[in-house]
Amino acid sequence: MSRGFLRRMLPSPDPTRSAGGSGTAVNPLLPSAGAKVMAALTVAGVVICPLVLKDPFWITVLGNAGTFAVAALGLSLLTGFCGQVSLGHAAFLTVGGYLVAFFGAGWGWPLPAWLALAAATGAVIGALVGPFALRFKGNYLVVVTLALIFVVTHVARNWEGFTGGFDGISTNRAPLAVGGLDFGDMSAFGQRLDRQQGLFYLSWILVGISALVVRNLVRSRPGRAMQAIRDRDLAAEVIGVSNARYKIAAFAISSAMASAAGAVYAVGLRFITPNEPLAELFLSIRFVAIIIVGGMGTVSGAIVGALLLGPLPELVKEFVSVLDVTVPGLGRPLVSDTVASEPLFSTSAFSEVLFGLLLVLALLFQPQGIAGLVRSLRIRRAGARQARTAGEGH
Amino acid sequence: MDKFLQLLLSGVALGGIYALVALGFVVIYKASGAFNFAQGGFVTLGAYMVYQFGTDWGLPFWLALVLAMIVMAAVGMFLERLVIRPMVGKPVFTVVLITLGLLLIIEQVVRSVWTMPGLVLTTPWGNGRSRLGDVTLRHADLWTMVSAAALLAAFFLFFRYSRTGLGMRATALDQEAAAAQGISVGRSFAVSWAVAAAAAPVAGVMLVSRGGGALSPAIGFVALAAFPAMILGGLDSAGGAVLGGVLIGLAEIMSQGYLDVSWLGSNVELVVPYVLMVLVLLWRPEGLLGTRRVERV
Repeated sequence: MSRGFLRRMLPSPDPTRSAGGSGTAVNPLLPSAGAKVMAALTVAGVVICPLVLKDPFWITVLGNAGTFAVAALGLSLLTGFCGQVSLGHAAFLTVGGYLVAFFGAGWGWPLPAWLALAAATGAVIGALVGPFALRFKGNYLVVVTLALIFVVTHVARNWEGFTGGFDGISTNRAPLAVGGLDFGDMSAFGQRLDRQQGLFYLSWILVGISALVVRNLVRSRPGRAMQAIRDRDLAAEVIGVSNARYKIAAFAISSAMASAAGAVYAVGLRFITPNEPLAELFLSIRFVAIIIVGGMGTVSGAIVGALLLGPLPELVKEFVSVLDVTVPGLGRPLVSDTVASEPLFSTSAFSEVLFGLLLVLALLFQPQGIAGLVRSLRIRRAGARQARTAGEGH
Repeated sequence: MDKFLQLLLSGVALGGIYALVALGFVVIYKASGAFNFAQGGFVTLGAYMVYQFGTDWGLPFWLALVLAMIVMAAVGMFLERLVIRPMVGKPVFTVVLITLGLLLIIEQVVRSVWTMPGLVLTTPWGNGRSRLGDVTLRHADLWTMVSAAALLAAFFLFFRYSRTGLGMRATALDQEAAAAQGISVGRSFAVSWAVAAAAAPVAGVMLVSRGGGALSPAIGFVALAAFPAMILGGLDSAGGAVLGGVLIGLAEIMSQGYLDVSWLGSNVELVVPYVLMVLVLLWRPEGLLGTRRVERV
């Protein structure tokens, strides 16, 4: 079971990149010129986006993609780098959502306070789950983490004083100001920005922080320890890597990110109600799909995956008219939210199907995801260049 | 005491349903070492097929059930050939993730094929019940227990004595070694998926008739409670699946009947299977009847 657990899905060593030149760090933050350019372009894109994109739909969609990216980065650290698979990720988002509703919107805690509280609570619950990962592996851990979903949905439905029970609770009045900067009512470059635009910046600042945390973690000692555990936990333990310490740490950090993301996501939704456990499971699967399609064990993969897959449900809803075509032979529309027309799929059902299909297709044909695809293209190009220079030498 | 006996009976019957679902998991686990998350989807699909053949097209119930089992076996083999077979020799976890994808798809396909709400599946036993002293025995519960026992016996014989069953156990242990012994790994996978899918309509019918016959695309949800049953009993043990199923069923019904503590909230029985599973696993990670594994580096 443990042998080659996730190996097929992980990036292979890159032969074009020499490890450690003279005076350079073994594993720099941004390893190549290409990576530096991409990082700079991403930052520029994020800054410009709300200023040029006036359509509130797209701002909301891309802002939500940012919160999804934060949570996906957490899952990527846990699964892609530490090899611990969890189906309980959605539970942490829910926890963060209720915390911001109660303390942020309810008690008026400022942004840094409720965000820190969400992250800290996520970390504590994650650290409590961690020890289970010491005892259970693979299949077992997947099901044990499912338990989280049931416990959290049960609490959400029953602890009415805190969660509002089945009626849910509003997150709308959560303060969004840090010092003089109010994400709820900010101005930048001489433009006034509304709440959705502010939330977009907030989400993507969190993406930046999370990406930095994950990237710095995985290229330093704790990250190498986590990857050793992923590759062969028993062997890692034998050479002195404490499974307990790093598995618990991975769970705590990943859950903190999920919970913080959930808090911001809930503010964007303006309201939070208890999910069905099945819906919560599907949300967890969605995050698994995101990191696999994006590319397991890479930071950029989690962000790209979240950008492409995170907004799927909203996109399907928005562009339903494109998909509202009559299926030949059945006389029913493919996707529609008009029940009377007897569509094959409602918009939400169709996006679940898309997630399922993308997950299956990625695993079948591109198990290293988009990041792996980019990587193999680059290696091929570098190989061709080497062959050319070698040819000129003769 | 009457209440206890009544709950005991009800719990064992519910456990029978979990056992029926868990047996489907165990077959695939025994052959490939992978969890089939799509089994819940199979259960839903199977129940709707019995409805289609029996209630809607008017075939006799038993014929409809057998037909549904045959069609589901074909569906199982088809899916195995389409998305699982390419994964032979690959890490087991990829297979698990693929079955998660299948679960998403199957649930929505069922919704799109049977769009009418409020469909009712008719069974020969219907809502019939008999009285044994002070205890009421629902015929649906009786049939559940009988079919769970029959399936368990069949599985036991299959894995203990048949060539195919033995080959499947060898495949689960070590695919390469099994292939070197002349066992077709692909065929083992195909048979396990066919058997698990064929068992699904039985579980589906029992599940639906327990709830009075009302069909809903969410009935596969119960499969999530069958996971604890299966893990509790021991993943690779058919007997364990039944034992785990009965334990979980009893725990659920008993907590419904007796655990009326206000601060625990309502519907606490939905959480109980998972809590019980985690507690037992902490004590015996391989489950009650599972094979203890020794890991070497």
